Amino acid sequence: MTQQILIAVIVLGVIGAFFAVVLYFVAQKFKVVEDPLIDEVADVLPGANCGGCGKAGCRAFAEACVAQGNMDGLRCAPGGEPVAQKIAALLGCSAEAGEPQVAVVRCNPSFCGEKRRSNYDGLRSCAFANTVYTGESGCSFGCLGCGDCVAACQFDAIHMNPDMHTPEVDEAKCTACGACVKACPRRIIELRNRGRNNRRVFVSCVNKEKGAAARKTCENACIGCTKCEKVCPVSAITIADSLSYIDFTKCIACRKCVVECPTHAIHDVNFPAPAKKPEPKPAAEAAPAPVAPAPAPQAAAAQ
Amino acid sequence: MNLLNISGSPHVHSDESTKKIMWRVNLALVPALLVAIAYFGINALLVSLISVAACVLFQWLIEKFILKVPSTIADGSAIVTGLLLAFNVPSTVDMMWIVIIGALVAIGIGKMSFGGLGKNPFNPALVGRVFLLISFPVQMTTWPVVDGIFPMNFDVATGATPLAAFKENSLPESVTLMDAFLGHIGGSLGEISALAILLGACYLLWKKVITWHIPVAFIGTALVFSAILWLVNPEQYMDPVMTIFTGGIMLGACFMATDMVTSPMSKSGQLLFGFGCGLLTIIIRNWGAYPEGVSFAILLMNSVTPLINRWCKPARFAN
Amino acid sequence: MKTFKMGGVHPEENKISNDAAIEVMPVPAQMVVLMNQHLGAPATPVVQKGDKVKVGQLIGEAQAFMCANVHSPVSGTVLKVEPCKDAFGLDKPAVHIAVEGDEWMETIDRTPDIKRQCDLEPAAIVAKLKEMGIVGLGGATFPAHIKYSIPDGKKAEYLIINAAECEPYLTSDYRVMMEHAEEICIGISILRKALGVPAAYVGIESNKPQAIAKMQEAARQFEGIVIEPLKVKYPQGAEKQLINAVTGRKVPSGKLPIDVGCVVSNVGTCFAVYEAIQKNKPLIENILTVTGKKLPSQHNYVVRIGTTFNDIVKHSIGELPATTGKVISGGTMMGKAIVNLDAPTVKGNASVLVMDEGEARRAPETACIRCGKCMNACPMGLEPYLFSALVRNGRTEEAKDANILDCIECGCCFFSCPANKPLTDEIRLGKNRVRAMMAAKK
Repeated sequence: MTQQILIAVIVLGVIGAFFAVVLYFVAQKFKVVEDPLIDEVADVLPGANCGGCGKAGCRAFAEACVAQGNMDGLRCAPGGEPVAQKIAALLGCSAEAGEPQVAVVRCNPSFCGEKRRSNYDGLRSCAFANTVYTGESGCSFGCLGCGDCVAACQFDAIHMNPDMHTPEVDEAKCTACGACVKACPRRIIELRNRGRNNRRVFVSCVNKEKGAAARKTCENACIGCTKCEKVCPVSAITIADSLSYIDFTKCIACRKCVVECPTHAIHDVNFPAPAKKPEPKPAAEAAPAPVAPAPAPQAAAAQ
Repeated sequence: MNLLNISGSPHVHSDESTKKIMWRVNLALVPALLVAIAYFGINALLVSLISVAACVLFQWLIEKFILKVPSTIADGSAIVTGLLLAFNVPSTVDMMWIVIIGALVAIGIGKMSFGGLGKNPFNPALVGRVFLLISFPVQMTTWPVVDGIFPMNFDVATGATPLAAFKENSLPESVTLMDAFLGHIGGSLGEISALAILLGACYLLWKKVITWHIPVAFIGTALVFSAILWLVNPEQYMDPVMTIFTGGIMLGACFMATDMVTSPMSKSGQLLFGFGCGLLTIIIRNWGAYPEGVSFAILLMNSVTPLINRWCKPARFAN
Repeated sequence: MKTFKMGGVHPEENKISNDAAIEVMPVPAQMVVLMNQHLGAPATPVVQKGDKVKVGQLIGEAQAFMCANVHSPVSGTVLKVEPCKDAFGLDKPAVHIAVEGDEWMETIDRTPDIKRQCDLEPAAIVAKLKEMGIVGLGGATFPAHIKYSIPDGKKAEYLIINAAECEPYLTSDYRVMMEHAEEICIGISILRKALGVPAAYVGIESNKPQAIAKMQEAARQFEGIVIEPLKVKYPQGAEKQLINAVTGRKVPSGKLPIDVGCVVSNVGTCFAVYEAIQKNKPLIENILTVTGKKLPSQHNYVVRIGTTFNDIVKHSIGELPATTGKVISGGTMMGKAIVNLDAPTVKGNASVLVMDEGEARRAPETACIRCGKCMNACPMGLEPYLFSALVRNGRTEEAKDANILDCIECGCCFFSCPANKPLTDEIRLGKNRVRAMMAAKK
């Protein structure tokens, strides 16, 4: 009896020792030496792997940061300023201060939802619908309404308006990672600076048709009339291909153009309710302007 | 005028639908059910009804309260599962409550836990059946004795199936091939009559719900393999023709191995799948602990279906 | 009877306009001629505002390699040269013409006489095809002069004429065969000469016995034209399937028919070739079916290219039925749903097919049950269900490895899918992604 126990103990002990030695050498052989700093940087990152930085994921971003030794040209949009500061502290460099941004949908079709011009019955994919025809609104530049941007968003920050079939950005959740911008086959969505107090002015149209044709396509289209360009005190507005564009780095949000625009294609968001407006503006009010109080960018980033 | 609809081509559809397929399978199971009622009486009908009702109810409950998705019970797939589960249990009074547990396992674990119809790797009815076989071995192997058509006595005697009897080396002389073909033998509710099952299978073949590949490969392999064994030693091994007419081979080959969701998609893959099922069935029957191996064989082959799909690609037009 | 070896489906034929003889559609008051009516780059307009044009005059010149000439289908004054919305609502370069009278170019032979003799050399035939703006009328509108310029090192052995007309509803090819069999045979002889092949095979599906008889009778007068009745199966008229059906050869993945010694042309193209080569008439007319189950009457027309869909509807049936759900240019399997009825027709438009709301709507999609019907229906032996999963998950590289680019988009997979999954749509999306990926890698 004792002998049997002894044999079992010895046999198992020898086997255990043998494999321990094997494992030790294997572990030595395949050891991956990695800068522990990468782990530290990766821990600071949001970990959504959104790809907004252009890297394959958060880990790849951390590797790039550590390899470079500074943060030049590397920016984590979802993390924003606080994360940048932390990484900079870890790397021992200074973080470049970037303006906080937000995704902006630049389309406000008049013929959509109930008023749509045709009924799309195929695969619910903008990328595919774009190869079939103009889309339900009849505008070959505008929103197709199948929600590729919604599917692309990792932060649940963009949703389809159930009546309009156009996307709306939840500013509190948007991290400006740019996934929706890449997903949109018509390049309607743009990353713009959030602006002071989250107040922004932008042209909610990307139609490049000439005035009359654009107006026929959509009642809310920019017709390239140049009125906004003339009224802008800081020359932030340029017009190309019958389409107005407001440079958000120059815009001072004076809203002169908003009043001037004959088709209400220029939208202002998060401004206090107007005391007096020259005329009712159904188009602008229907614009994607969430009523939620504008959070500080830091708060958004913390999410 | 209406709004014009726009979509990519094609603009017509064959009118084929999942619902139609499932209801055709249900229809194809009716002859076997009728035979079961004829031989086992009202018990067979009650067990089937309870099983179907339980499967449908569980699917509805899970979709409504757990998954919170629109109900899909109208597509008839839960009824197929319920019928097949009932067909795989003895038609005894005990089964009237045991089969409810089987239905919960079949629908809950076998099907809905993977995401519902089309996503389950294993045939749900067989998952339920095997669960019951392991949990209730006595009740699951107590078969009512068949004597005459339309028995009205509910207190039937119980006896062994030909397979179980053969496992004990005591195949009664009285069981003839014709009995086995028509269903005058002991066994689970829906598996007794090869004729009724073949009738249903012919209907499915005609309606193109199934193809011949799996049933033929399954039964053919079982026949050939058992014939080899029988030729080697007719004392120890069962007659090959008797082999395929008894037990669940017919039901399994025609209705459960051909389950679209859990079987391979290419023709060559289906042949391989059927071959594997047949081989495993005979191996389990002859050298396993259980007298019957169809359920295990099909479940084992279900588990390698994704691999078969990977290996057995259809012949490309341009290679 | 011959057919292709693999897959295929049997959609309801619905050839309800079979017995309607070809009528001539009147010329509308104003005409818009698009500059890209063919596969490839748009033609460059060579007329300006105010120019007088005649029927058959060159107004758009093919300057790119993959391009075809465009001729004026009417006589009148050029109003403007600016973009016009096509049938899908997209802006396309176009020439707008105010119609005045019907004055044809003097070179065009408008007599009804049949001219049988053709003395042109093969190279001259190809040059004339280019000059006359001939494109393939089977649907792809591939410029004919490129198809018939055989690249060095390749040799054509078979000329195959696609008269299968396997698409449901369409009857324009059938009517052309019934009414112009001899002209078609002359066209085939000309193409045969251009290629220098001993024989041409005309594949006709056996559901058109009268057309087979007519063609056989006409072909007797000509050397080297074989009429080949084919078993009815869609997509018999697809290039690769037709080659397989007639010759038994298979075009390898990523190759062209000429790589297996075959050239395929549509029977409508042969008629256009006859008119172009023998009568000097450029491609300015389409033969077009106006059909639909709910329409009061069924028609086949010869229509000047550039007539709008609305003009055609107005002349043939007055207005669309109130229950119209879809208007398709082409057949139900591969035709394109159109949204803008004010758009002009272009070369290759074979029909105005009006579908009812009820038949037009797709049924809601349900879960894939892995029945494999898509795989069995696929004439290319592909796995549509797999592409669907790969495309939905953005696995473009794997889709490429599973030969997604071999797909001919015939629609058999969606047609046969019991779960109503938009498989063909997903595969097209996947193909676009694969092409984009390959372009990015270069």
